[in-house]
Amino acid sequence: MSDTFRFTIDGVEVTGTPGQTILQAAEAAGIWIPRLCYLEGLVPGGACRVCTVKVQGRFQAACAFPAGPGLVVENDTEEIRELRKQVVEMLFVEGNHFCMFCEKSGNCELQALAYRLGIASPRYPYLFPVRQVDASHPDVFIDGNRCIQCGRCIRASRDVDGKGVFGFVERSRDTRVGVDARTGLGGTSLTLDDRAVTVCPVGAILKKRVGFAVPIGERLYDHRPIGTDLERRGA
Amino acid sequence: MPTDLAVFIQDRAREHGGDRTRLLDVVRAVQEAFGHVSSEAMDLVAQALSVRRVEVEGVVSYYAFLSREPKGQVVIRLSDCPSCRIHGMEAVGAAFEEALGIRFGGTTPDGRITLEHTPCIGLCDQGPAALVNEVPITRLTPGKAREVSRLLVAGRTPWDLAPKARDTADPVARVHALVDSNIRKEGLVVFAPMPPGQAVRKALAGTPEAVIEEVKASRLCGRGGAGFPAGLKWEFARKAPGDAKYVICNADEGEPGTFKDRVILTENPDLVFEGMTLAAYAIGAAEGIVYLRAEYEYLRAHLEAVLARRRTEGLLGRAVAGRAGFDFDIRIQVGAGAYICGEESALIESAEGKRGVPRNRPPFPVTVGYLDKPTSVNNVETFCCAARVVDTGASCFSCVGSIRSTGTKLLSVSGDVARPGIYEVQFGQSIREFLEMVGGEDAIAVQVGGPSGTCIGPAEFERHIAFEDLATGGSMMVFGPGRDMVQVAAWFMDFFVHESCGWCTPCRVGNVLIRERVQRILAGRGVPADVAYLETLCTTVKKMSRCGLGQTSPNPVVFGLKNFRPAWEAHLGPDDGLNPAFDMDAALADAVRIAGREPVHP
Amino acid sequence: MDKPKIATASLAGCFGCHMSLLDIDERILKLIELVDFDKSPIDDLKTFTGRCRVGLVEGGCANQENVEVLRDFRKHCDVLVALGDCATMGGLPAMRNGIPLRECLEEAYRDGLTVHNPSGTIPNDPEIPLLLDKVRPLSDVVKVDVFLPGCPPPADAIWEAVTALLEGRAPNLTYDQLKYD
Repeated sequence: MSDTFRFTIDGVEVTGTPGQTILQAAEAAGIWIPRLCYLEGLVPGGACRVCTVKVQGRFQAACAFPAGPGLVVENDTEEIRELRKQVVEMLFVEGNHFCMFCEKSGNCELQALAYRLGIASPRYPYLFPVRQVDASHPDVFIDGNRCIQCGRCIRASRDVDGKGVFGFVERSRDTRVGVDARTGLGGTSLTLDDRAVTVCPVGAILKKRVGFAVPIGERLYDHRPIGTDLERRGA
Repeated sequence: MPTDLAVFIQDRAREHGGDRTRLLDVVRAVQEAFGHVSSEAMDLVAQALSVRRVEVEGVVSYYAFLSREPKGQVVIRLSDCPSCRIHGMEAVGAAFEEALGIRFGGTTPDGRITLEHTPCIGLCDQGPAALVNEVPITRLTPGKAREVSRLLVAGRTPWDLAPKARDTADPVARVHALVDSNIRKEGLVVFAPMPPGQAVRKALAGTPEAVIEEVKASRLCGRGGAGFPAGLKWEFARKAPGDAKYVICNADEGEPGTFKDRVILTENPDLVFEGMTLAAYAIGAAEGIVYLRAEYEYLRAHLEAVLARRRTEGLLGRAVAGRAGFDFDIRIQVGAGAYICGEESALIESAEGKRGVPRNRPPFPVTVGYLDKPTSVNNVETFCCAARVVDTGASCFSCVGSIRSTGTKLLSVSGDVARPGIYEVQFGQSIREFLEMVGGEDAIAVQVGGPSGTCIGPAEFERHIAFEDLATGGSMMVFGPGRDMVQVAAWFMDFFVHESCGWCTPCRVGNVLIRERVQRILAGRGVPADVAYLETLCTTVKKMSRCGLGQTSPNPVVFGLKNFRPAWEAHLGPDDGLNPAFDMDAALADAVRIAGREPVHP
Repeated sequence: MDKPKIATASLAGCFGCHMSLLDIDERILKLIELVDFDKSPIDDLKTFTGRCRVGLVEGGCANQENVEVLRDFRKHCDVLVALGDCATMGGLPAMRNGIPLRECLEEAYRDGLTVHNPSGTIPNDPEIPLLLDKVRPLSDVVKVDVFLPGCPPPADAIWEAVTALLEGRAPNLTYDQLKYD
């Protein structure tokens, strides 16, 4: 394409096309930028801030910031790795993440990111919030303890499923994902084949009766660090 | 109270043509009429405006002035701003609690009166202050709080607490009867007189481009705090493609310690509307919105009256000032209690009837703004300055101040000073001159630009008020001898935790963590390592947050540790590896109560 | 020269982390060449006999006794290791943290589906340590030097951590050794 342009990520020259975000252009070049709230096919949220990069010396979310000709982007630097680590640690202490019995363990993007970033334990005190579980739907449950407020389910239900089953309610530290019915998830139009059911990066929205199907050792991130598939593809 | 909820909601929705972007107005009306927006009401609003219920709940649960649980017909909101605190707000709060027999956050058993705290309500120069429904009550003392309580318990209405205002028909006289404008120093820009329409007519004599050029030539920078060049903003909005464009006046001043927009809107609203009108001409807008913070509801009738007069004068409506083809009008959008709506993209979301959460930028509002159309959002004071620029010429405006900071600045002065109030000063004033002016010579600290700004001590009092040195949106809080700056930082962190929108991780979680450690230190349970911990944490929140709130919310701690380190260190204890933050007695208190025996100490 | 000493304890834990320690298999022979065990359930020493190079503490703090044992470890150990998820973040016992203490006791001793307790009494002997309002990770109570997450941490991770600390270096866990489940 004639209107492609070049810019650099950590000194490596990559090609971008108009309309691409930095994260998308990086992916196309086989460069992985850590992320949680971003998911291909959904509008970017810019919420988790894990994909933060430095663009011309300013911190920006790579998932939402447009790629542009000549940009100088820093991604995998000591400073940014350390900042990302702290944001992931914040997510761990903010919720109640009991990996030892979570159905999503081994396939969880939050956990996998912490592994890849080498987090043995968050440096912050655990907040132990009181959160709710909604099991009113016959096929799907929401465990608020594990929710990281990334909003993927909200965007998937609204923009892909065309239903708007989910939405943020409350604010500040109490912000949580609410559902579109006064009677809970069971009162919404959510069905098992909704995209929104499968986009949760953690174990907050799960299908009922299918937990622990894959043995430990064979799960997605048991041996392969998150992002390495993309990096291998790009190499 | 209206009897039929469904009919009430249908009527409100019909008033707004069923427009979903007016959701905030509809739920505000429900809140006012019924004391809360019940689960049933949320269903009905969703139907009436064809929006999802979860969106209605999202809005109702987001704003501090809306609630899903019933509140009293009378809600007392006591401002917990540091300015009010250092002038005795806590004793006033205790008097309210005692007189009403309820705690903060509670409602009297008869369901009539609710008592709450609320962040700064912009009455810092006459605090402690409270809002009783929309009625502001200033200069509270414990005795006055008891009297207010007594009258309300006896069944009097909030307006009965301000009989002079209640019995005044004239809207501006009514505002004057409620609150003092306290203008201590008038300058040549904001408080100088100008006949309505004078600047608009001058603008219309030239092209829109000429207006933009004049404002650019004046080097006028935005007065809300960020200091973006106003002319450039208008130029972007003018050049951005769009079949409709909007001018928005940001009257959501919520930075603790700021109240200058309240005084401008009281004393010289014509100048604001004048500025908005010529902005509309400059960018090509037909509609303007004043986004007024909910705390200033009592200004609304006055502002509506001025707008109505300007319409009759031909200065708003079709063919403004006789210029065929230039139609422009202004509506007032009242907020519902959220500091973050002072951020321009959050303000736009809120004006569209949504949760006031900032947007990802780019795109910026000048290209994709209100209803996704090019929009210029400017501060109240900026519009005044722009009107003055067009009236007197750029060179007259820019001949005062500094090269980078032209014109005058309104300062809202509160705290430990002899003469609190509003001052219009030329940019470039030093803090030492400022303190002499306001009667605060013995200050130990000046909070410039509110908690999100800069806090300096005497070593820096030769610095200047200007964009290139100490920028301020107007808030100037002065702290005198004996004030504990760690306590001040803890108050400010309470504010930011309350006001974070919750969208991004570092701000939502990081501010909670900062506050936890500040409170720990304040309680005498900190160790030296907590200082480095806080410095790292504050840096992370500033660098990683999405919008200006999180990028500045750690400032009270950052500047505290930088400029008032001894005050912080005085609270720290030694580190022997046993975390002093763990309080065994407190942790065992429940068990002691349940078991009915005391812990055995080894 | 005397061998360095190691101490271990299980607070509000299940001893699973101690089992994982024993899973180092034949390396346990190497371990006792390297160290002496001080206070530990492994040798049943109830009190410290001296200063220890490394203290491995499994489990979080659920009651007053846990806190006192932990503080004793902190005072006697050069390096304190939070061994496993409970020590690191509270673990399963911390699931009670959102529930008022009285309800926890009533559910456990009186109302639970599998409880047979006709008298309805909740045990309250003076010998029973009083419970904390919440189950605390170790770092809420003392300074922790090294965290070894996992439920339990893999034996290889424990071996790496112990040998590294004895050599005076920071443990370097591989991807397969750093796990939270």
